[in-house]
Amino acid sequence: MDKKLIVSPSPHVYSGESTRKIMRDILIALAPAFAVSWFFYGVSVLVVTAVSVMTCVLFEWLIQRFMLGGQNTIRDLSAVVTGVLLAFNLPSSVPLWMVAVGALAAIGIGKMAFGGLGRNPFNPALVGRVFLLLSFPVAMTSFPAPEAVADGFTGATPLMLAKEALMSGQPLSALMPEMSYGNLLLGANAGSIGEIAALALLLGFAYLLIRRVITWHIPVLILGTMAVFAGVLHGANPEIYASPLFHVLTGGAILGAVFMATDYSTSPMSTGGIIVYAVAIGAITMLIRVWGAYPEGISFAILIMNAMVPLLNKYMRPKKFGAIKRVA
Amino acid sequence: MSKTFRKGGGHPSDNKLSRADEVERMPLPQTVVIPLSQHIGAPATAVVAKGDRVKVGQLIGEAAGFVSSNVHSSVSGTVLSVDAVPDLGGVRRQAVTIKVEGDEWAEGIDLDGSLRRECTLSPAEIIDKVKEAGVVGMGGAQFPTHVKLSIPQGKRAEYLLINGAECEPYLTSDHRVMLERGEELLAGVKILAKALGVGKSYIGIENNKPDAVAHLRKLAAGDAEVEVIALRARYPQGGEKQLIDAVLGREVPSGGLPIDVGCVVQNVDTALAVYEAVQKNKPLVERVVTVTGKSVERHANLLVRIGTPLQAILDYCGGMPEDTGKVINGGPMMGKAVANLDSVVTKGTSGIVLMRDDEAERRKSGGACIKCAKCVRGCPMGLEPYYLFKLGVRGRLTEMEGYWAADCIECGLCSWVCPANLPLLDYIRLGKVEVMRIMRERKG
Repeated sequence: MDKKLIVSPSPHVYSGESTRKIMRDILIALAPAFAVSWFFYGVSVLVVTAVSVMTCVLFEWLIQRFMLGGQNTIRDLSAVVTGVLLAFNLPSSVPLWMVAVGALAAIGIGKMAFGGLGRNPFNPALVGRVFLLLSFPVAMTSFPAPEAVADGFTGATPLMLAKEALMSGQPLSALMPEMSYGNLLLGANAGSIGEIAALALLLGFAYLLIRRVITWHIPVLILGTMAVFAGVLHGANPEIYASPLFHVLTGGAILGAVFMATDYSTSPMSTGGIIVYAVAIGAITMLIRVWGAYPEGISFAILIMNAMVPLLNKYMRPKKFGAIKRVA
Repeated sequence: MSKTFRKGGGHPSDNKLSRADEVERMPLPQTVVIPLSQHIGAPATAVVAKGDRVKVGQLIGEAAGFVSSNVHSSVSGTVLSVDAVPDLGGVRRQAVTIKVEGDEWAEGIDLDGSLRRECTLSPAEIIDKVKEAGVVGMGGAQFPTHVKLSIPQGKRAEYLLINGAECEPYLTSDHRVMLERGEELLAGVKILAKALGVGKSYIGIENNKPDAVAHLRKLAAGDAEVEVIALRARYPQGGEKQLIDAVLGREVPSGGLPIDVGCVVQNVDTALAVYEAVQKNKPLVERVVTVTGKSVERHANLLVRIGTPLQAILDYCGGMPEDTGKVINGGPMMGKAVANLDSVVTKGTSGIVLMRDDEAERRKSGGACIKCAKCVRGCPMGLEPYYLFKLGVRGRLTEMEGYWAADCIECGLCSWVCPANLPLLDYIRLGKVEVMRIMRERKG
């Protein structure tokens, strides 16, 4: 026999999973929300998203090529995912140069400064968003009313109105006479590009579950905690505290819980760690929404808990098989 | 809902191409090479020399100590040599090479195919016969069966578990044995149960073999002491600890053995070998081997004499396909890649799997760990493969003890599932060797 056989240690078969396939699945899962947003806000959604994706990929390539060195990673599509998620966190009216600044913060500070994919402690897209929010608060909090609905909300997001109710003591019903859960589900309200369409985002969630890209734990625990938190307050005073369903459907709750908090490198490895992480994100989000300075708090909540992940990985390790009394 | 184990697991594609191939007896090869070490423990001592005439079933290697095993000639003929011969990994080990002449069996072996269910022997006598016949664990581990049947002082076996899970992709030898030799298998189970003094035996079979489940259930109907359990197909269900968890919900403690939770686990082929040893005086000289692969011309389940060279088997199955890149002794998850086709079938060879060139290449490692935690969720032992890997890459092997490297069962699920193609198990194995060395030293 002339032919040489390959000899390598087991296993000899593989699942066929790859980083690129996972990123592609995430992009597919984001598509419905993108389509809905395009419908409501028009072509600016496409422009902002395209600029965000292109600048994210460009910055990753430049940093890799001229600073970091090593294997080029833009083909793994993770920079594309960051680009889409960053765009999803911006108003569709944001100036395009600002998008590029956000992309530089996301990729440069959020990702590559730590060594690239898998090594970053904070969600890159959220680093970009928070960087822009703190730098350009006006542009980042002015939202156009959806073009497609004439009588929809005007510039203020539902959460801004809810905040106003809390600050001024006016009843919610007076501030939001036309609020309907149907609109919140379908996306006919003001907000960032990717956060308005609750139903479309949940469709994406279902897809990610079917493809086993993520498990249900983080999204369900975040949204569940928020609902319980809101439920207690709403039960005490429904006039000024919005309902649990309102809190779950508005702002970045679903986008954050499904697509941002589940980011692999910035979420815990063990189920125990995941529970602590997700419940804390839900609670911090509600604390900020109800008592904090900002109407929405999920970005900060996720970033705060991102910082806890190394600690959670260290102290909340998975339960080992047979870790019962050791035999003598 | 079928039962299964609780922690981790996954399901590699079945690829059970040969599931419907009835077992056929392979014609005798021209020569056999019978290793004197086909078991865990001390190699057997040769009791034949060059030029000796031997018969099928004649003792050629005597167990050297308690944890060792007898080795018998699987053919009749003339001993050509007793010498060190490269094994499947290329390491030289003592083996007896025999030129095949005719097929003459040793005295006292009952070759009549009739079923003999009744066994009047005492447990000690059964264990003696099993030892005499050189029976070892045929699922791959090759642990001497008589040792497993000798319960240590102070322990008690409550249950016998028969492993018919066959969770490895491609392999179908256990499946065929269950379908075609069910009666003898069940008789073997009863004998094992008697030797252990247990009242209840469970046969665990994955539900991707519904015909085997149904068949054995039918045969065991009316016997309250034997129960067939259908298990949800999930790898690595055939691992001892996973099987016990799946069937009984008991967790073998870290560092412990199945007997610590009152269980003894035996493979279905082993149970059949025990039947033949005890009821037919037949030593372990042949076994069913699955020969398979996507390009193999004629996949098959063959009854093969121990010591048959892989080359002879491949020739019988239509030759090695052009595009073969790797030959695996065992299943693709835990089997060993073969360096040398002159290596032979041993008591633990359940299959020979041929991987095509495109399947055989190791995938290029895809860079960084993305912390997806799929390895953590998949690990049936509840370990953190990604972290063990990190320690391994950095050479911090001693620290791996605190992360339970010694508990790794080397099932390979972590490497299998990794989207970044990281060779997780390679590095965990490195650390495991070092950690086990440290643990042995500490014991003194």
